[in-house]
Amino acid sequence: MFANYDQIIERLSVNQLWDFPGGVHPPQQKSLSNKSNIEFIPLEPTYYVPVKQHIGVEGKLLVAEGDRILKGQLLTASESPFSVPVHAPTSGIVAKITRHVSAHPSGIPELSVIIDADGQDTWIELKPVPDYAKADKSELIERICDAGISGMGGAGFPTHIKTNNSKPLEFLIINGIECEPYISSDDRLMREHAWQIRQGIDILVHILKPKQVIIAVEDNKPEALETMSIACQQKTNYQVVNVPTKYPAGGEKQLVQVLTSREVPSDGLPIDVGCIMYNVATCYAIADAIVEGKPLIERVVTLTGRGLKSPKNVWARLGTPIQSLLLHGNYDASTQSSPRFIMGGPMMGFTVTSVLTPIVKISNCILVPADNELPHPEDERACIRCSACSDVCPASLLPQQLFWYSKSKELEKAEEYNLFDCIECGACAYVCPSEIPLVHYYRQAKADIRNQREEKEKSDKAKIRFEVRTARLQKEKEAREEKYRLASEARKASMNKDGGNAKDKIAAALARAKAKKEAFAKEAENAQSAENIKKKESVSELSDSFALPKTKLVAVDEDAAAKKERVAAAVAKAKAKKVAADEAKKENKEL
Amino acid sequence: MTLTLIALAAIALLALIFGSLLGFAAIRFKVEGDPLVEQIDAVLPQTQCGQCGYPGCKPYAEAIANGDDINKCPPGGEATIKELATLMGVEAKPLDSAHGVESVKKVAFIREDECIGCTKCIQACPVDAILGAAKQMHTIIIDECTGCDLCVDPCPVDCIDMIPVEVDSSQWEWEFNKVPAGNIPVRQVS
Repeated sequence: MFANYDQIIERLSVNQLWDFPGGVHPPQQKSLSNKSNIEFIPLEPTYYVPVKQHIGVEGKLLVAEGDRILKGQLLTASESPFSVPVHAPTSGIVAKITRHVSAHPSGIPELSVIIDADGQDTWIELKPVPDYAKADKSELIERICDAGISGMGGAGFPTHIKTNNSKPLEFLIINGIECEPYISSDDRLMREHAWQIRQGIDILVHILKPKQVIIAVEDNKPEALETMSIACQQKTNYQVVNVPTKYPAGGEKQLVQVLTSREVPSDGLPIDVGCIMYNVATCYAIADAIVEGKPLIERVVTLTGRGLKSPKNVWARLGTPIQSLLLHGNYDASTQSSPRFIMGGPMMGFTVTSVLTPIVKISNCILVPADNELPHPEDERACIRCSACSDVCPASLLPQQLFWYSKSKELEKAEEYNLFDCIECGACAYVCPSEIPLVHYYRQAKADIRNQREEKEKSDKAKIRFEVRTARLQKEKEAREEKYRLASEARKASMNKDGGNAKDKIAAALARAKAKKEAFAKEAENAQSAENIKKKESVSELSDSFALPKTKLVAVDEDAAAKKERVAAAVAKAKAKKVAADEAKKENKEL
Repeated sequence: MTLTLIALAAIALLALIFGSLLGFAAIRFKVEGDPLVEQIDAVLPQTQCGQCGYPGCKPYAEAIANGDDINKCPPGGEATIKELATLMGVEAKPLDSAHGVESVKKVAFIREDECIGCTKCIQACPVDAILGAAKQMHTIIIDECTGCDLCVDPCPVDCIDMIPVEVDSSQWEWEFNKVPAGNIPVRQVS
């Protein structure tokens, strides 16, 4: 099946590699931007730092509007293992914490810290690790997390999670492939900072203890290959490998397959086949974080395309709006009929919705194509079933079937055809003669499925909560009924204990009630007959009539009768008062 | 004669064996509850809003199993009706507007400075998504709120709003016709 460790080492030593299925060879266009050194650009007046720049959850905000901050200061704290903090790209004042257009195809505004630079660019006190070789593994991983490093190749997976590995590891693969056309940021980084990348690799080797390190560079970057070879020549278990140029050889699963012949399982990670992969830029950032103590606040960004007069690579602080980068690249608006800026490469990037879109940890390229360079997409035509897409699919999927099922929203079917193994490389759409934006359909279907799953999860939770609540209410009701039942039983029991006494009391109460009734009947009679009599008189009579029958009951219960009498008198008084008040009202009205 | 007796005995024995086997299976593999109700309940959105006229999703699922209409669930909308139609083997119908209309997902929000702490909403919430105590301010646990609307009416001071859930980029469905962006990947000419 798959090659074992020794076989792989043997083949790597003669640079004889495997291959992955499919793949395309789009025009490279790397020479546009890879001719000159990475440039430093002057400070921006304003930076827009999104709170979340990676896969996972955002950290907790540590700063408030109006705070003075220093370069490299933490803006958020990582709270859960899946969150990565972000840092201030320069010193200045937190002008606002608000929602700002995101570096995402949707452009949906996301929480961002907007920083007004003070121009001083003062570093916060840096705390490098004096000797990483003596440092504890967990301390280094914590440092990597605190420095805000997440994968810089494209996906943005938190690096500290990947680094905290406990499974057996054979190959540490350093990805310097950069297979997407136009992009040359990793190329320039390897040429100019091979030594620091090597330092980063050393740190990773110290933490992960792999058997072998493979540094993979595509053969269209001979200079980078050479510098990396020189930087790594002292290390015997570091192998710099020359990988044939083919898109998407830089994909994680594809590169593992090219180097080791092993296929990463469908829902697995490279570690399942004994590999871990890091991008060269991530290694550079790790070296920065450990050796210098610097957090990740800047990265190399390629400014390229024929819409720019001077394409190049620059060190851009995270949070730099792309409009200023366009300025540095001498944007020539006459080349474009309508402004079109692509973040990322032509295959996997996205058109930004605003020129204020900030650079984030995964933005490796700003592509400004001239109209004749990357023409606007034509309307898609019907699929002619040429199967060119399945020939080029690097994941050996069936793009046609996926397309039909995604388009008709038969999501279950699409999932059956392994939609989630699609790496969205765009090779299928690149070769499609009908210009169908295939990846777009897959992304929509994926998003649909994810949302459905999320909803399902939520509804399951709601169901459980509802059921638990219903059960609780039922229990409470039963408990209440039980209480009442017990109370009534206790009453009965105490009644029986008293024996005849209680029964007598009841009889007395009944008699009283009866008497009262009679009295009311009499009162009614009196009221009818004594209409003309003055109110005060009627009152005394009434109280008498109340008192009279009561006296008969004295024998039964003297005390109660006397009490009742007082109450009756009070009631009568109140009634009289009311009647008097009514009368007075009537008189007032008549007057 | 003996042959007939043997045959009779054999049949009787077989009947006894299979009978006891069936009897055992009936007890051992007894199905608790109605599996159809469970299946229907799984399709329903579990908002527990009661817009269907039943006190929760489970009772409505039971009603559907007993032949009630499948188009009484506004939170589930067309998608739920379709699924129910496939499950029940009946024709999908448009949503019965007498029970409400399908709208965007919402969550309740308590304007906390206006809350008087009466606990009426807490009693109304079918999923215990409201936190608070008598004469203390109440608040909604957004993640647990199903947007059922049941807490709005009981509130004596009308301090509960239903707010549409904002879509963030992780839930975005790649609708390019809604944003002025282009397709990916861009076409490259050599």
